[in-house]
Amino acid sequence: MAKQGFDIRRQPGFATIAMACFVVLYLPIILLVVYSFNAGTSIAIWEGFSWRWYVSAWQNEQVQAATIRSLVIAFWATLIATSCAVLAALATTRQGRFRGYTLVFAMINQPLMVPEIVTAVALLIFFAMIKVATGYTGLFYLIIAHAAFCIPFAYMPIRARLQGMDLSLEQAAMDLYGTPWRVFRRITLPQLWPGILAGAMLAFVISLDDVVITEFVKSAGQDTLPTYMLGQLRRVVTPEVNAISTALLAISVVMVMGFFFLSRNKK
Amino acid sequence: MIEIANVTKTFTGRGAPFTALDDVSVTIRENEFFTLLGPSGCGKTTLLRVIAGFIDPTRGTVKLDGQDLVSLPPYKRPVNTVFQSYALFPHMTVAQNIGFGLEMQDKPSDEVKHTVDEMLALVRMTEMADRKTSEISGGQQQRVALARALAPRPKVLLLDEPLSALDFKLRKDMQLELKRLQSETGITFVFVTHDQEEALTMSDRIAVMNAGMIRQIGGPRDIYDHPAERFVADFIGDTNFLQVELLQTEGDSAHIRLPSGAEAQVRAPHDGMAPGPVTLAIRPEHASLAGGDGAALPGTLANIVYFGTDTHFHVDLDGGARFVLRQQNQPGQRQGWSVGDAVTVTLAPGVGQVLRD
Repeated sequence: MAKQGFDIRRQPGFATIAMACFVVLYLPIILLVVYSFNAGTSIAIWEGFSWRWYVSAWQNEQVQAATIRSLVIAFWATLIATSCAVLAALATTRQGRFRGYTLVFAMINQPLMVPEIVTAVALLIFFAMIKVATGYTGLFYLIIAHAAFCIPFAYMPIRARLQGMDLSLEQAAMDLYGTPWRVFRRITLPQLWPGILAGAMLAFVISLDDVVITEFVKSAGQDTLPTYMLGQLRRVVTPEVNAISTALLAISVVMVMGFFFLSRNKK
Repeated sequence: MIEIANVTKTFTGRGAPFTALDDVSVTIRENEFFTLLGPSGCGKTTLLRVIAGFIDPTRGTVKLDGQDLVSLPPYKRPVNTVFQSYALFPHMTVAQNIGFGLEMQDKPSDEVKHTVDEMLALVRMTEMADRKTSEISGGQQQRVALARALAPRPKVLLLDEPLSALDFKLRKDMQLELKRLQSETGITFVFVTHDQEEALTMSDRIAVMNAGMIRQIGGPRDIYDHPAERFVADFIGDTNFLQVELLQTEGDSAHIRLPSGAEAQVRAPHDGMAPGPVTLAIRPEHASLAGGDGAALPGTLANIVYFGTDTHFHVDLDGGARFVLRQQNQPGQRQGWSVGDAVTVTLAPGVGQVLRD
């Protein structure tokens, strides 16, 4: 009978709790998606199917501007964060454990552990000082802030990929007259590529989704899609917000699916 | 010619420092199949990696044809390695793997192609050229790894237990294949293994290693018939150890008295030993129960084990020691002994080696 010891799935009430969790998690999202197609102006009373809120969001110039801003920030933040993450992952996995390894590891992953609001306030004050000193108030601050908190998300899959890699491949390449740079380009990088893409996708989604830090760091007129939506909710709530959310959800789902597909080990 | 002189490697990690190589000196000749043989942890792989350049020696020098290797990074040494795990590049085809070394040497592409074709033919993998390395069998991967390491025509090929992942039959085939490749290419092979049989069948010379030191260097016959010390005698093949009394030595010949009181003429280390109690090593096939000339040791037959090609007789000698002897089975002939019989073990004249402990 009891081939394995304790089986949580056989405990009374397990199925009920599991179902309840899934309902709480996914029912609101399903409702959000459903009401994005509402023909009426309410987000709670169904009045028939329509694309009107998607059309309205698409034609809304503020939404357009916020979308482009979100994408620009996410693009650059992803590029910077992923590059840093590749370097960090190479440095922390390639030469075995070194003195201070744990400290470095903790520092790279700091954004995962420090409360986001603390980082947000700290960045607000820090950037305010720079803004006063330089007079520059462009998107650069948001890009840097996003890149910083995206690094650990990009770092994790890249590091996992590197750790799973056979070190003897690089040794073999070096043994076959490959200089360190050529070994990196011809052997390490092609193998690391799925990890890098996975890390980049994760970073992109995390950047696209951020509210707290963006809200604190942004200058006037620098709304991203999430902060624009937050602003809208304080005024009139129409299914347009549902439509924008659904579009964001679609992008995230595609990205996350890509992430799982790429980080899956072929062996 | 590889000259390894006074190479010591000490690893210092957390824990106590560990000496993997302890003042190793050995000269490997041109065009030789040289084997480093020893139990795991004896330092044989460390020595190989020192030659390849993946490990820097703590002290000592490694020279190839007079040129110092220690100061060169691995990618500047005219030495290639066949890795235990093969380490084939999974994102490249068989042909791309084999051509990698030539490409890194910036050889012109027609020369790369020509050499790759030659290597594919050499290891009989021509039809597999465009396969991915994950699509071929273990034995084929092994051959690709060999071809890849041979393609740049290194002066020395280092082989790190390359046959250990193959099953028995394939391993036998590859042993012959390796010997063939070595004689066809004329490249010096340095082969690492813990398998004494593999070492005996393939090598021109063998260095037996233990605890970071080379204990004996010699040809397979030399190592097998005349082990220099107890470790070597014990590690290579099966050996009986008898406590005997050394009466006198002359050159490499020794006069001894066996526990039974019989006296015999055996071999001793070239540099002589002082008379007194010593250990005598005798191979199981160098004694018989059939009588004849030679020193005799009376005892009782304790066990008979049939092995197909031969039979092992376990004899409890009078005085307590256990002696195992081996006799080849002849077709149609049955041995006439049974357990409990009083028997006499007769040592073949001239066999046996007095050992330093």
